[in-house]
Amino acid sequence: MPQPLEDQRTTVYKVDPEHPANPTLPTLRTEEMMLNMGPQHPSTHGVLKIVLSLEGERIVKATPVMGFLHRGVEKLAEDGTYHQFIPHTDRLDYVCAMYNNFAYCRAVEKLLDLKVPPRAEYLRTIVAEVQRIIGHLFWLGTQALDIGAMTVFFYTFRDREILLDFFDELCGARLTTSWYRIGGVERDFTPDLVEKLRQFCDYFPPKLDEYITFLDTNRIWLSRTKGVAVISAEDAINFGLSGPTLRGSSVDYDLRKFEPYAAYGECQWSVPVGKNGDTYDRYWVRVEEMRQSRNMVKQLLEKIPDGPVMADMPSVTLPPKDKVFNDLASMIQQFKLFSQGFDAPKGEIYCGTEAAKGELGFYIVSDGGGKPYRLKIRAPSFIHMGAFDFMARGYMIADIVTIFGTYDIVMGECDR
Amino acid sequence: MHPDAQKIQQAFPEAIQNAVEWRGDLTIHVKRESLHAVCRYLHDDPGLDYDYIVHVSSVDWPDHPERFEVVYEFYSIRRKRRIRVKTRVPEDDCVVDSMTDIWKGADFMEREVYDMMGIRFRNHPNLVRVLLPDDFPEGYPLRKDFPVRGKGWRDTFTFIGEKTG
Repeated sequence: MPQPLEDQRTTVYKVDPEHPANPTLPTLRTEEMMLNMGPQHPSTHGVLKIVLSLEGERIVKATPVMGFLHRGVEKLAEDGTYHQFIPHTDRLDYVCAMYNNFAYCRAVEKLLDLKVPPRAEYLRTIVAEVQRIIGHLFWLGTQALDIGAMTVFFYTFRDREILLDFFDELCGARLTTSWYRIGGVERDFTPDLVEKLRQFCDYFPPKLDEYITFLDTNRIWLSRTKGVAVISAEDAINFGLSGPTLRGSSVDYDLRKFEPYAAYGECQWSVPVGKNGDTYDRYWVRVEEMRQSRNMVKQLLEKIPDGPVMADMPSVTLPPKDKVFNDLASMIQQFKLFSQGFDAPKGEIYCGTEAAKGELGFYIVSDGGGKPYRLKIRAPSFIHMGAFDFMARGYMIADIVTIFGTYDIVMGECDR
Repeated sequence: MHPDAQKIQQAFPEAIQNAVEWRGDLTIHVKRESLHAVCRYLHDDPGLDYDYIVHVSSVDWPDHPERFEVVYEFYSIRRKRRIRVKTRVPEDDCVVDSMTDIWKGADFMEREVYDMMGIRFRNHPNLVRVLLPDDFPEGYPLRKDFPVRGKGWRDTFTFIGEKTG
């Protein structure tokens, strides 16, 4: 006769309060959880992995793992002439290629002590500010998209497209422009382009106001950005943050004002500065910068001086394109500059430029030869990632995408 | 001589080797042992007030007896001044003091220098590779003896149409 089965549930699940393994009852077991975010997460704006230590949904530690886009640009620079490096700079921050060209050309000009003609300075400034508007429009659309507001993305990309078409007409490329040259710019504006920019200056401000109404009256946007990723002015300076990320924390550090270059001293504008150092303030700073940039472009367009767009220094600067195929001396000059380059004086310089993301600097060491001996790129995105762990601690997983976005990070520049 | 360089020279007469001003950039060469103390002074002294770290870099001079140069660049946001601090490191003992306790931003910048040039930083909280993979076996790519192309595991790839073995 079979024995009746004992009801095992009671023996297994009954907890004995006297047992030494169960001192207090009831308890929940808690432990820190590791979570990999990326490298294929759509909000990472490139390829970036974050290893998160979580306590529930709170971030205890966030470790960025970078380098997925590392191409060794600094090593490549040592292998080519000064002119040959300009197209490489396009691929750093591929959203704002013009500004990278600008920063690099300025650094080489500082090394050579080369003076750029005033017309070229004006054109450079105008195009740089147009590029800043493009960069910030791109940022505004993607940041809103990351947070969940899809409409703004379509509108900002429509306006960005107008300006990219302008670049297309100016230099033949939309993103990888390589329009700046050492000593000037590749070609002049046509009257048609000037007219197009004028039209854009009138078209843009009401449109921008419209996009801001989408976001500023949106409770989700406000609650996702206000009080998120707060960093104080002292910490922001200590971490070496720059650009709108620093200015959101009420530091008015802007190289365009601090060390005026190009034609920034020739027009009226101001530096927008935030108060609280949170994501919302950085958003506000970028929006105001777009207005300032538009004002700058409008003012500068009215007073572009006449003259050449390239410095006259045949040992360094390139001849005009139309002469290359018709004039023997110019052709030889072009050939020599691109095959051998020019010898830069021995020395070292650092030249920082206020790009859309922050201070983009080039540190060039020259040993007197035709190639940079060492070229170091101070990439703002990389330095901003250094503060990522500090700014992300204590916030929720969902805030990670906001914090990425608030740096305006581009991995091409971060990993180089 | 630049007034800032003069001031540092007075505070550290032994440590400063020389000060150069070229194209408006001030560079001071500091002995390795006193680099940290000089940088602490640059940051803390109210008359100098270099509160902003711009970049940390390194240069390789293979023919020099002290092969590497470590370059720090600082900026003073209040005074709008820039300074470059350089120090020499020999190859068999390439260690310098980390600045992470003064500028928190130095953390990633120094990691990059370690990653690319193999210079180690004493007292750095987390000195591991940052851009290259952690187990990158081929050394330090920005050294001059590292070739621009054709080294390591890429050579072992077989291309389409190529015979193996």
